[in-house]
Amino acid sequence: MSKFKLPALSALPKPVKIVLWVLVALLAYALPLLEPPFITTPGVDFGGVLFVVTMYCLIALGLNIVVGYAGLLDLGYVGFYAVGAYTAAILTSFHANWPLLLALPVAVLASTISGVLLGAPTLRVRGDYLAIVTLGFGEIIRLIAVNTEWLGERRGISNVARPPSLGGTEGWFEIPHLYWGDGSVLLDTQDTTKFLVFGVLDQIPYYWMGLTVVILMLFADYLVKDSRVGRAWEATREDEDAAELMGVPTFRFKLLAFASGAFVGGLAGALYASRQNFINPDSFLLLFSILFLAAVVVGGQGNRWGVMVGAVLVAYLPQRFREFDDFRVLVFGLALVLLAILRPEGLFPPRRTVRAKQLEQELEVLEEGTEGEEDARV
Amino acid sequence: MLVSDARILEVDQLTLRFGGLTALDNISFHINEGEILGLIGPNGAGKTTCFNAITGVYKPTSGAILFQGESLVGKKRFEITQGGIARTFQNIRLFPTMTALENVLIGADAQHSTGILSALFRLPKHRREEAAGHQLAMELLGFMGLAKQADELAANLSYGDQRRLEIARAMATQPKLICLDEPAAGFNPQEKRVLMDLIRKVRDQGFTVLLIEHDMRLVMGVTDRIIVLEFGKKIADGTPAEVRDNPAVIAAYLGVEEEDAS
Repeated sequence: MSKFKLPALSALPKPVKIVLWVLVALLAYALPLLEPPFITTPGVDFGGVLFVVTMYCLIALGLNIVVGYAGLLDLGYVGFYAVGAYTAAILTSFHANWPLLLALPVAVLASTISGVLLGAPTLRVRGDYLAIVTLGFGEIIRLIAVNTEWLGERRGISNVARPPSLGGTEGWFEIPHLYWGDGSVLLDTQDTTKFLVFGVLDQIPYYWMGLTVVILMLFADYLVKDSRVGRAWEATREDEDAAELMGVPTFRFKLLAFASGAFVGGLAGALYASRQNFINPDSFLLLFSILFLAAVVVGGQGNRWGVMVGAVLVAYLPQRFREFDDFRVLVFGLALVLLAILRPEGLFPPRRTVRAKQLEQELEVLEEGTEGEEDARV
Repeated sequence: MLVSDARILEVDQLTLRFGGLTALDNISFHINEGEILGLIGPNGAGKTTCFNAITGVYKPTSGAILFQGESLVGKKRFEITQGGIARTFQNIRLFPTMTALENVLIGADAQHSTGILSALFRLPKHRREEAAGHQLAMELLGFMGLAKQADELAANLSYGDQRRLEIARAMATQPKLICLDEPAAGFNPQEKRVLMDLIRKVRDQGFTVLLIEHDMRLVMGVTDRIIVLEFGKKIADGTPAEVRDNPAVIAAYLGVEEEDAS
């Protein structure tokens, strides 16, 4: 196993780092236009896959606040995603005719409130109990949708509003894609993306929107983590009783983590509903809660970059290798088992976890010969 | 009820029962502002239980606990800490994945109120509290001789440093009363002497100290007054010299302890 250390990168001066990050971001934005071979998904619209990847990234970042930072095991995260999606769908299509940009804040507010309502009574229980309660919540939300006529029952809701296009149906300008021929790369003027038209066929603008939200979310995540709030979450996760006795109102901070997670989940749900144009209860199966959690755990809970990698793996790989569709779940299961054995903290655990783990191993080696000493210390 | 200005904490007829077991039986004592009060007694005498009752971990079955004239019974644990009582733990309970500095910052955060919006938009409140917290934390780490280890993970610190870090974290909550639960446990005599000086220095900074300790020499050397518990009852109360000569204390505690010590 290699150690993921980037001393050379982190030692660079700040302006260079900023330039590098901007380049990385530009590359990410340009990815669906470049359509690089091997990365591009055969048989599936690449832009659409990338959009779903950004949604998984967003969800992983949100769930990471709950699971990774505050240490609350949430198995019903899809519930918040559903609340956001249904609120957006109801307000823009089913019962009202709001524009998406107006419905979006309401959808996010609704999912945040649902997070507070679920958290207020349940965050008093810990660990496994919380997992079971949240598991139930996710299913309850879906079953309500299935059985309520007002929510469209099994038929679902169609014609969810799309985001407003800039510059009408033609957009301001068109951006050609690249065409990768045999040994030559051409600008393909037949295959263009209109800037910035949220239409039916071309899904690249949705990807740009999703990526922008993810980048904003990364900044927000960093700012909150590096503050009294982030510290309080971490202390609560490490030792709830000690944190409480050190003056941390742990219940309030757990509720805040839950509400923040629900906020992000609802946002992702509303954006997904808008892009999909159609939702029904099958979009919010328990399986998705598990996939979301898998993204967080596989990537390395508590590390925002780790969980994003996890989200990319969970969302992208099955689309890229669709020909192995039948084996998807099998491979996924095998990968999880291997991961649990080889890297139980995920692919990219937070740097501090790595440091603590290394010390633990060093201590173990030292202690093998001097077990008596350890007894004295405890 | 007697509440003078000098009495920072007043415990009045405190009783705590767990089912049929009476852990604390009608205990009354007080702590004067600025003193170091020792709380001693054999294992299982109820010292830590008494701590837990004061810091809100256990609710008293009956009796009153007044801190600066205000009742602590029924208050939440974090409210008691924010109100000015901090403690350390008999078994070290630091936040292992956080750095020494962050551990102390958690303490400093007790007096702060930065919320998610202040943090998200880097409002002046966040900046002010963060700067003040860092300054206080670094001062305390320096005071405890841990300044060099500020960025080391708490889990990676040596045992003694972890004990000192716990005291720094408690002091960072800016308490009036600081409760140390066997801070010298596991120390050798030399380390104990250093810690004794440190506790005196903590008091000289204006903190009142309540100290649970097994080591009689440490307790005698550093405290102003001593309370002795046995089987949940208070059996003695007085200056170290008085307590040392109290026959009940000798019978209950000192005789046994000195055999052990030699």
